[in-house]
Amino acid sequence: MTTLKKITSHHLFLPIFALFLLLLFNAFFTPGFFMIKFQNGQLYGRVIDILNRSSILIVLSLGMTLVIGTGGIDISQGSVIAISGAICCYLIGGSGSGEANVPMFIACIAAIAACAILGAWNGFLVSKLKIQPMVATLILLTAGRGIAMLITKGQNITVYYKPFTYIGNTIPGNILPTTIFIATAMIILLVITLKKTSIGMFVQSVGINSTASHYTGIKVNKIIFMVYVFSGICAGIAGLMESSMIAAADPNNAGLNMELDAILSVALGGTLLSGGKFYLGGSVIGAITIQTMTTTLYAVGVSSEQLPVYKAIVVIFICLLQSESFKALFSRIPENLKKSKLTEDKKVVMKV
Amino acid sequence: MPGNELLTMRGICKYFPGVKALQNVDFTLKSGEIHALVGENGAGKSTLIKVLTGVYPLDAGEIFMCGKQIEPHSPLDAQRENISTVYQEINLCPNLSVAENIFIGREPRKMRMIDWKTINKKAKELLNDLNLDIDVTKTLDSFPVAVQQMVAIARAIDIEAKVLILDEPTSSLDEVETQHLFTVVRKLKGKGLGIIFVTHFINQIYELCDRITILRNGELVGTYNTEELPRVQLISKMIGKELGDIQSVSKNEDVKSKEVYMTANNITSYGCINNFNLDIYKGEVLGFAGLLGSGRTETAEILFGINKPDKGSLSIEGKPVKFSDPSDAVNHKIAFCPEDRKTQGIIGDLSVRENIILAMQAKNGIWSHIPLKEQERIADEYIKLLQIKVSSKDQLIKNLSGGNQQKVIIARWLATNPYLLILDEPTRGIDIGTKAEIQKMIIELAKEKDMSVIFISSEIDEMIRTCTRLAVLRDREKVGELVGKDINSDEIMKTIAGGVDQ
Repeated sequence: MTTLKKITSHHLFLPIFALFLLLLFNAFFTPGFFMIKFQNGQLYGRVIDILNRSSILIVLSLGMTLVIGTGGIDISQGSVIAISGAICCYLIGGSGSGEANVPMFIACIAAIAACAILGAWNGFLVSKLKIQPMVATLILLTAGRGIAMLITKGQNITVYYKPFTYIGNTIPGNILPTTIFIATAMIILLVITLKKTSIGMFVQSVGINSTASHYTGIKVNKIIFMVYVFSGICAGIAGLMESSMIAAADPNNAGLNMELDAILSVALGGTLLSGGKFYLGGSVIGAITIQTMTTTLYAVGVSSEQLPVYKAIVVIFICLLQSESFKALFSRIPENLKKSKLTEDKKVVMKV
Repeated sequence: MPGNELLTMRGICKYFPGVKALQNVDFTLKSGEIHALVGENGAGKSTLIKVLTGVYPLDAGEIFMCGKQIEPHSPLDAQRENISTVYQEINLCPNLSVAENIFIGREPRKMRMIDWKTINKKAKELLNDLNLDIDVTKTLDSFPVAVQQMVAIARAIDIEAKVLILDEPTSSLDEVETQHLFTVVRKLKGKGLGIIFVTHFINQIYELCDRITILRNGELVGTYNTEELPRVQLISKMIGKELGDIQSVSKNEDVKSKEVYMTANNITSYGCINNFNLDIYKGEVLGFAGLLGSGRTETAEILFGINKPDKGSLSIEGKPVKFSDPSDAVNHKIAFCPEDRKTQGIIGDLSVRENIILAMQAKNGIWSHIPLKEQERIADEYIKLLQIKVSSKDQLIKNLSGGNQQKVIIARWLATNPYLLILDEPTRGIDIGTKAEIQKMIIELAKEKDMSVIFISSEIDEMIRTCTRLAVLRDREKVGELVGKDINSDEIMKTIAGGVDQ
């Protein structure tokens, strides 16, 4: 009983359990879900697809996890994705000859740097001007797609330069999509950074009690600023992957509502949205779970318009599971049953 | 002049889980009098006010208003019984107009529509009565705090108040504004209102009030006529030590070195502290004595860079320093255990180990991370040194008792090897055993490590026991310094009160 309780109360229980349920469902109802084919020196299959798509979400949720750890939130990520794609595609150019105007490497760096600046803008608003994170990042959420439009001059830019598509797909000679390597590298990089520096502890400290952190000599503003910059960088990298997948910059639809999926991943991973303790591993598994759910729903024929409804149901479910008062309500049920049984017994005794 | 008894509270008791907030307290208020309600923090002043205004239900006792027993269950109930309160934190709507604020919830109507003409006219008259001539159609937040306070009072008395409660009304006002408020309060007194005046400022009590009721630890000490109660007596009754009740205290050794570590030159921060000058010597335990609101904590916060002074300067070992952030102070080897352990001290969801190394890590910076092994060694060292009772060093700090939490905070700062350690009420809410341990530790730190310690406490006893020098503060000013034999409760109380003759 206690070991069961220990397992269920572990922060990774919920995302892994949800993922397990989804996989179980797919095993029965989606034919060929686990099938992986080896074709043209590459691996194909639904599972690979999911990993490919969820890599974007993983990278996003890494940034989101730290932001939420400080007690903030970054709802501008989706728009920053669009800007990142727009900058990169604009620099490489849409010439039909398949040549790049600017070397791809430089275009990518420029896009990521621009997104870091956008993150810095968010960080400035939140840490220096003390604007509520939701409102501060809302500015870029609304303005971001407009900025992306300005860059692409209101049109989608299709890139014919072949190597650009390698970011979101597979480099010839590799068997797995590049996105998986990028996401893995980001995870490893972040984990090492958290291990070797004090950022993790400071982020949690600020999220738990920012006044006390300030009184301890922690530069609270600097920490908050840094996590938003990091979130911007993550969105920038995600933007490159996203636009590479379709080999185009699509200011209107790239990364649309993805910030919400990222928040959902973080929440599913066991990090409280009020800040404090954060769980990177939880967020990663959360992201895979969310993507699996999206793919599964598409597989069973749910249209993209209906998708949000199902996601909303999942959100409600997660919120209920994390709610203390809901847990209390739940744990009271057996007691109440016992009580009513006792009173019934008494009645019986009295009748006798 | 004071007339009949307006309000009588008899045998009031109020219990909170584990605390007797009020025990058998009696209180009477006459019409046309200003009655001061005083006591140190936790004495029960606000509880008594909240019982009277129906915020808390009574556990025992009765309240009579003009001879009729009343049982207010909510602030609205109390208002119906003509009891009005102006709280310390102004609870008006800053984005509504002055007139709207006065009449909100009881707007005069004309044909079911709000009668704006009457509202604005009446509000204007009401404020003119309080010697205030302002545009009542402007929003409240376009006026200074003093005016907002006046508006709150106008609203309170327009609800046909017979009893007006002013809860620390002057804490955010300057001298001129305070005088204006007093004029108004005296005018209301002339109209026959009974006024309960809660304050920490001794001078204001003697300037304004007719009678004084003193509470201590939830019990009634007594009610006195102001002219019959000398200041020293008032202080001693509040603190709970009689004048002349001098205990022989084993004095600390005199400070060996006379080297100045830190100097405060003419520090002024408006509304916090005025013209504060102080030398802090190496190896001394320097006490800040004074009542709550005397500027003790505010001064400490300036020394630690939490607040910036408006005027004046700080210097360390002769070199001028400017702190724009606590981290600057930490880099100058200053440490600060704040007054409010829960909101300013502990990081509740972090472990004891993390809480101990936090300040040290903050000082080292983000990139020079202390390895886990080293963290554990430091944590173990201080857990042993301060005898912190934990089940494991990875236990969350929020699950420790108050005294052990405080020890962790102290450990956090000792780990940074500070030259100046500021302790603001380190023993509040802590059991006697731990209290004694902390006091002993303070003395040892100063003696053996040549550390300067600033010690702030509301308990005069422990100040006498530990301090080698005392800076006495009253009403946001330093009014004296005591050293050696002068550190005894009589002298302290006299200095706080401002001379034995007064």
